[in-house]
Amino acid sequence: MRTTHVHVKQTSYETRHLRWVLSDRAIVHLFIWPTLVLLICMNVFPLFYSLYLSFTDYSAIARQAPRWVGLQNFSDILNDPQLWKYFATTGKYAFFSVGLQVIVGFTLAMLVKEKFRGSGLITTLILLPMMLSPVVVGLFWKLIYNPTFGYFNYLLGFTDPSKGPDMLASRFAGKPVPDLALWAVVIVDVWMWSPFVMLLVLSGLKAIPEYLYEAAAIDRASPWFQFWHITLPQVLPLLLIAILFRTIEAFKAFDLVMGLTGGGPGDQTELIAVNLYRQAFLGQWQTGRASALAYIILIVIIAISNIYIRFLNRLRD
Amino acid sequence: MKGKLQFLAILLLFSLLAACAPQAAPEGTPAQGEAAAETEGENAAPQVSELKILWAQWDPADYLQQIGNLYEQETGIKVSVIQEPWGSFGDRFFTEMAASGDAWDIVVGDSQWLGQGATQGHYIELTDFLVSTGIADSVTPATLTYYGEYPTGSGRYWAYPTEGDALGWAYRKDLFENPENKAAFQEQYGYELDVPQTFEQLMDIAKFFTRPEEGLYGVAIYTQKDYDAITMGMESVMFSYGGDWKDEDYNVMGVVNSPENVAAVQYYKELYDCCQVPGLSNAFFTEANDALISGQAALIMNYFAFFPALASSGINPYADVTGYFPNPAGPGGAQHAALGGQGMSIISYISPERQEAAKAFIQWFAQEEIQMKWAELGGYTCNANVLQTDAFLNATPFNPAFATSMTMVKDFWNIPEYGQLLEVTQREFSRFVVEGQGTAQETMDTIAAEHDRILRQAGYLE
Repeated sequence: MRTTHVHVKQTSYETRHLRWVLSDRAIVHLFIWPTLVLLICMNVFPLFYSLYLSFTDYSAIARQAPRWVGLQNFSDILNDPQLWKYFATTGKYAFFSVGLQVIVGFTLAMLVKEKFRGSGLITTLILLPMMLSPVVVGLFWKLIYNPTFGYFNYLLGFTDPSKGPDMLASRFAGKPVPDLALWAVVIVDVWMWSPFVMLLVLSGLKAIPEYLYEAAAIDRASPWFQFWHITLPQVLPLLLIAILFRTIEAFKAFDLVMGLTGGGPGDQTELIAVNLYRQAFLGQWQTGRASALAYIILIVIIAISNIYIRFLNRLRD
Repeated sequence: MKGKLQFLAILLLFSLLAACAPQAAPEGTPAQGEAAAETEGENAAPQVSELKILWAQWDPADYLQQIGNLYEQETGIKVSVIQEPWGSFGDRFFTEMAASGDAWDIVVGDSQWLGQGATQGHYIELTDFLVSTGIADSVTPATLTYYGEYPTGSGRYWAYPTEGDALGWAYRKDLFENPENKAAFQEQYGYELDVPQTFEQLMDIAKFFTRPEEGLYGVAIYTQKDYDAITMGMESVMFSYGGDWKDEDYNVMGVVNSPENVAAVQYYKELYDCCQVPGLSNAFFTEANDALISGQAALIMNYFAFFPALASSGINPYADVTGYFPNPAGPGGAQHAALGGQGMSIISYISPERQEAAKAFIQWFAQEEIQMKWAELGGYTCNANVLQTDAFLNATPFNPAFATSMTMVKDFWNIPEYGQLLEVTQREFSRFVVEGQGTAQETMDTIAAEHDRILRQAGYLE
């Protein structure tokens, strides 16, 4: 009898223990806390620590404690004409790159939205560039742009390198052409990321109810009218999301440029993210100043994103 | 229970944050580093059984590992060469040093690192050791200065010159020795086609061999902007033109933008414009070698460390007809070459016992017979005697040119601010030479002004 009693007591304890372990609250704790701790450690802490560093004169390799300099780093950056030039180059790059991606991506989506023989294969092939590593793409296109054996000049009809463009050197027939190298990077970025825009637009196109077009056809609306008054408004929210993502990415563009031009020739393709890397590493290690620059870039990206999101919300309303 | 859980979670959070926080960086680092090392040394194991050497990932590091294996056979002390890809070599080393790490006993570091290594206390000073053992006298003076000395001219040494390297040239002997080419060149320029002794001759030869209709061009020179390539190529010409980066008092105004430097920069641009293989607007060692291997270039500039590929018939179809020569002389007769290569330094954060073991290895490695083995394996010795032996000079087709080059090398800045100074030169040289903007005088004026500002901010100039 006593033995049974003990057994019952033990069972009761185990059951209670098990219930506690497997309770909803325990599971919530089990999942949330490690994630939260990791998030704080990997994201929140570096975010605030780098904010602190942006107000200091600090080099990560100098073995000296950060020295508080207030707004000096921000002031230096905003008064540096060279950095304004890099911001302007980045803005130009983002504008043309994203603009062309929207046009090309939208066109491709319109072309592949109808089912036809081999459409699945063609859509997959179009998506391939965005699946590649930007560094690999950079090296690959470096060969394509080569004026002696690259396909780019060959397709343009320039077989004599001394008479054709040398895109990455920003020259045409040996003469300097400003911004040609930047256009070379834009072309590669458009080649790589137009499929992303296409994918989003395609999902928007497929979601448009067919009866809208049927009604328009009954009213004898022209294809152009249907496009402006049905297709575009229906796809616009998704298109704006694509533009938002691509604009943010354009401001962060780094690996493709490093693979293709290294920021050159001169500083024609020195985008702000490339220069940020140069200041933070590559022998310079100006950690405090680089942190300040990173925050300025962050503020610019947040400002642009806000404009987009406001516009998007207005569209929804 | 809820309260306990929250308390535990908060405790865990703070522990993790503390672990994430960077270590407080000590000031006056060398002394403290040594003190810490001494304390550690007292508790260290009585015998050092392994030495760890950090170097970049390339063939010479493999050769050093083979040398290390010999050392293990002789002494029983294992030598491990830890190789890090070039792209992250500096980052990995300096982040470890910022944390006073003792992961490695020795680093074979770049010459530009000397300033940081010495002033920030990462390296131990080797002056007494190198001088008292006679090692300092065993290497060529130029290599001791540029791979080991900081500040320049101080007589204080922080590294043993290990892997010598310099910019040199490779050329197609078959083109140079072709009778038709010889006759045509003689007729056009009035002197015999041969290995160029001066930059003026090099320009003539480059122009002579630039034949786009045959897919042949005069030269492949460094133009890469990413890190330091175009600066290294440019300074090779500047030094030979009699120019420099600074005077003895760190003044740059009037030095960087001196007439000699301006002429050298103008020369480099003309060479690029007339005779560079098309598409090489961002070229470093790979692109330069490829230009020769593909038959596109008659002459290429490259570091000697990358010439073994050209001597290999499996890689270079012109291997048997590829010749090598040191950097030519400038208009005034000066002849210099940009320095590459690395020196061997001992990390200050390891225990005194490990430091002594590291010194013992360097002393063993510096012996003439070991340096001879190092050279036989493919390492570029800086030992003055070995460089002159027939065995070394005949070991590869480029060793004679290398031996000459190691007596005339000069280097870029090696102060901690070298990265900032380099960023300016890379941008401005690339802008003038490749992009074709501005004039040589404007380029050098801009560089001088920017360098002056950086040096003043850093306190080198008042």
